[in-house]
Amino acid sequence: MFKYSSVTQFSCLFQFEEVYLETKEQYEKLIKDGFLLFQQVPLVEIDGMKMVQTRAIMSYIAGKYNLYGKDLKERALIDMYVEGLSDLMQMILMFPFSPPDAKEKNLESIKERATNRYFPVFEKVLKQHGQDFLVGNKFSWADVQLMEAILAVEEKVPDVLSGFPQLQVFKSKMSNMPTLKKFLQPGSPRKPPPDAHYVETVLKIFKK
Amino acid sequence: MAGKPKLHYTKGRGKMESVRWLLAAAGVEFEEEFIETKEDLEKLRNDGVLLFQQVPMVEIDGMRMVQTRAILSYIAAKYNLYGKDLKERAWIDMYVEGTTDLMGMIMFLPYQPADTKEKNLALIIERATTRYFPVYEKALKDHGQDYLVGNKLSWADVHLLEAILMAEECKPDVLSAFPLLQAFKGRISNIPTIKKFLQPGSQRKPPTDEKIVAVVRKIFNI
Repeated sequence: MFKYSSVTQFSCLFQFEEVYLETKEQYEKLIKDGFLLFQQVPLVEIDGMKMVQTRAIMSYIAGKYNLYGKDLKERALIDMYVEGLSDLMQMILMFPFSPPDAKEKNLESIKERATNRYFPVFEKVLKQHGQDFLVGNKFSWADVQLMEAILAVEEKVPDVLSGFPQLQVFKSKMSNMPTLKKFLQPGSPRKPPPDAHYVETVLKIFKK
Repeated sequence: MAGKPKLHYTKGRGKMESVRWLLAAAGVEFEEEFIETKEDLEKLRNDGVLLFQQVPMVEIDGMRMVQTRAILSYIAAKYNLYGKDLKERAWIDMYVEGTTDLMGMIMFLPYQPADTKEKNLALIIERATTRYFPVYEKALKDHGQDYLVGNKLSWADVHLLEAILMAEECKPDVLSAFPLLQAFKGRISNIPTIKKFLQPGSQRKPPTDEKIVAVVRKIFNI
């Protein structure tokens, strides 16, 4: 659903199943059965826990699968990068739900923020250390999140990376990592960009 | 030699207040540099010290940390307030996200248009009493321990106390249906470092009033 895409990125690591919410009744049943700690999804059943709250879920997965750096300081950097990217992704996430007369302005905002606030930071990081990955010369949650953000923005602004040569190289390298490559192929759990039907379904399920 | 952490923010609660709480609870002394004008913010941005051009920013251990959650996670881990293993951390993270959502609603209230205030306040109370507080009341009831996670003080407890006090500022009897949370509030408030933070003269900031709203609007163009 909503914040789902970031979680499914981690499918690069392990197999998982998905249960789709398609009706309000399904959602209400989850609540009634006491599955949803704060009555919200995403919900991920993992290692005997019913985890909610996207950030908590992703932190757990990152920690479990060694994608969270080697020490506290590397974790701090990863957290900062991921939080910044999450702010950008939030704009994209909300975009399909904005009223038609606000869409052009919101699109402009996404483009402006990506180009002036977020992408320059990661371009600079990669340029300064010259390594393949953002933190600690090792694949981490931050790289996965950046890759997702790049692709999501490109869907709206196809030439957004034109001023960012390091990010272009990064994108290419990440695309060729075996697990991410697999995720980017048709037939993977990766979800398509939201369309009108998706928006309609979400509103139907969650609108009071 | 690392000096004291230095907090960069406006002289109000906002997103930095949770950082002040956590440092105080951990017994860590800190300094603050207040952003009072637009020019103060511009200077920070021009000096290149704000990774994403935003505050909060905390200078700590040679880093200029931004993004509230990242800052809080770092402090929690450094001062052993983040559980003993991955699963305890997962629970602390989940609990903290809940109190973050609740406090976020309260934080925004003074910035809402006057004619929506009553409705938004009602929503805050509804969420507090039907979505959030029942979760923490149940957690305490289920294990019967003094703290939310792992029978030990953690970030989750500090954050919950902060949220309780903020909710009580909205509605003084908001805890009336939550006996365990009332006891929790009493217990955690009496922890020496936290007790000190709750006394006048500490770095705890007062509730956001119109004056602070005006300053913030001016500095951030909102």
